[in-house]
Amino acid sequence: MEYKLRYSQYNERSILIEWPAIIDENILESILNFKKKVSKNCIKQIVDIIHTYNSILIIYDLTIENINDRFIELKALLKRQSEATAMTSNHWEIPVCYDDEFGTDLEAFSIEKKMPKAEIIERHTKDSYTVFFIGFLPGFLYLGGLDTKLHLDRKKTPNLDVKKGAVGIGGQQTGIYPQDSPGGWHIIGQTPVELFNAAYDSPCPIQAGDILKFVPIKKQTYFDIESQIARATFQLKPIAPND
Amino acid sequence: MIKVLKAGFYTTLQDSGRFGFRGYGVPVSGAMDSYSSQFANALLGNHEQAAVLEMTMVGGTFQFTAPTLIVISGALMEPHLNNEPISQNAITAVAPNDILSFGKTSVGFRTYLAIKGGFVSEKRLNSQSQYSTITASSTIKNNDILKYASFSQEFQESNASVKYEDSILVNASLEAYKGPEFDGLSEHQKRDLLNGTLKVSKLNNRMAYQLEPLIPNDLIPILTAPVLPGTVQLTPQGHLIVLMRDCQTTGGYPRVLQLTERSINSLSQKTVGNTLKIRLKE
Repeated sequence: MEYKLRYSQYNERSILIEWPAIIDENILESILNFKKKVSKNCIKQIVDIIHTYNSILIIYDLTIENINDRFIELKALLKRQSEATAMTSNHWEIPVCYDDEFGTDLEAFSIEKKMPKAEIIERHTKDSYTVFFIGFLPGFLYLGGLDTKLHLDRKKTPNLDVKKGAVGIGGQQTGIYPQDSPGGWHIIGQTPVELFNAAYDSPCPIQAGDILKFVPIKKQTYFDIESQIARATFQLKPIAPND
Repeated sequence: MIKVLKAGFYTTLQDSGRFGFRGYGVPVSGAMDSYSSQFANALLGNHEQAAVLEMTMVGGTFQFTAPTLIVISGALMEPHLNNEPISQNAITAVAPNDILSFGKTSVGFRTYLAIKGGFVSEKRLNSQSQYSTITASSTIKNNDILKYASFSQEFQESNASVKYEDSILVNASLEAYKGPEFDGLSEHQKRDLLNGTLKVSKLNNRMAYQLEPLIPNDLIPILTAPVLPGTVQLTPQGHLIVLMRDCQTTGGYPRVLQLTERSINSLSQKTVGNTLKIRLKE
């Protein structure tokens, strides 16, 4: 599908390209395809690419001398069909313990939504989520696909001490805190799995375009996985689709 | 090596930044005032990516164990070597047991200490810049040991005379490009932003500088979008937030302006109460 894009210079060294401002998996695919082509063809000139729901920001190594030349180059690249290969995406299962000990806001969430805890967990774990991009904190995944029945505005007063691995709901989104952080989302569970590790050159196992599901686990399993991670004997592995 | 006798108010090790990982949500970091840090490195013939110490408001006290050359640049914090005043923006030779000390800043807010060959520390995600959750420690602390490249050969001082532009420390006029959401502002709001005098609030650090006064607005919220150091966000409550080197990679507030690189450096030398004007760069 062809989208009407807006090209603009963002600062001395970067160019912003915007797709229509909606959250949509077709736009995600278009963005990821373009990003792949840009990183493949301009690798020496570019230091970073940040993408979000409907934008790509391309950051060049040096000051851009002639912005129109760059725009023409990027537009030509976007049109080049031959390299538009099908995106490969991994599927992941993220173990989450929804016990009250971890889901510190689950009780309050249940009361506010007038929904039993078991139903909240059932709704949170039944569907797959698409990873749109990583932002906010190192390794924080922006996920699409939360059941509309689970939407709930963020807390009025943020919690100053949300734990690493906490799984929360904020507005229309659900997500996992990759590190201890202040945060305004309702915490309904926690995963022992690490989503970001700065010791690796590829610090995030999960990438934009991947699909993930939350799998409920018992407290004992949580601690088992946690100790395996501490001994570096646990590795999150993608599963085959429809496995 | 250097023994940190006193770390100062807020001191970190910074290189030119952590490039290549912003797609994972990792802040770029790097020296807040890249002009001053690069000036100091250049004078020593260092690579511009060499790691320097960034001191904020109040500098530290450091003892050297091996001979080397240093350059101090940026804010004026009364540098002394063994209790004798030394010049900034010039090469100073240090000997074993020498003690380098700094006081409180009189002009500017951030001072850089560059060392011949650069500070040596573990690289995380291809950078030495300290950042919590990425590097082992997020700031320099009392009694830390800092390593640096060994130096023995004669140093050939560069003949090129470069002058430090100290206007960067006091310059109160910032230049900015229009941000992606600039056109959503009313004429009145644009006037407040571009003709009004803005003041640095007490909320200022390596992540962001908040500016006063409030600019009431009814800008439409945006889908979370990319941001950079120098991006000026306007919140629904009217707060102006200028993102700095340790900022997030994405944000949901309208981006009304984008500071030039030079203006980010200039703002890095400002502190609470300093007044500023922003003008559009055409």
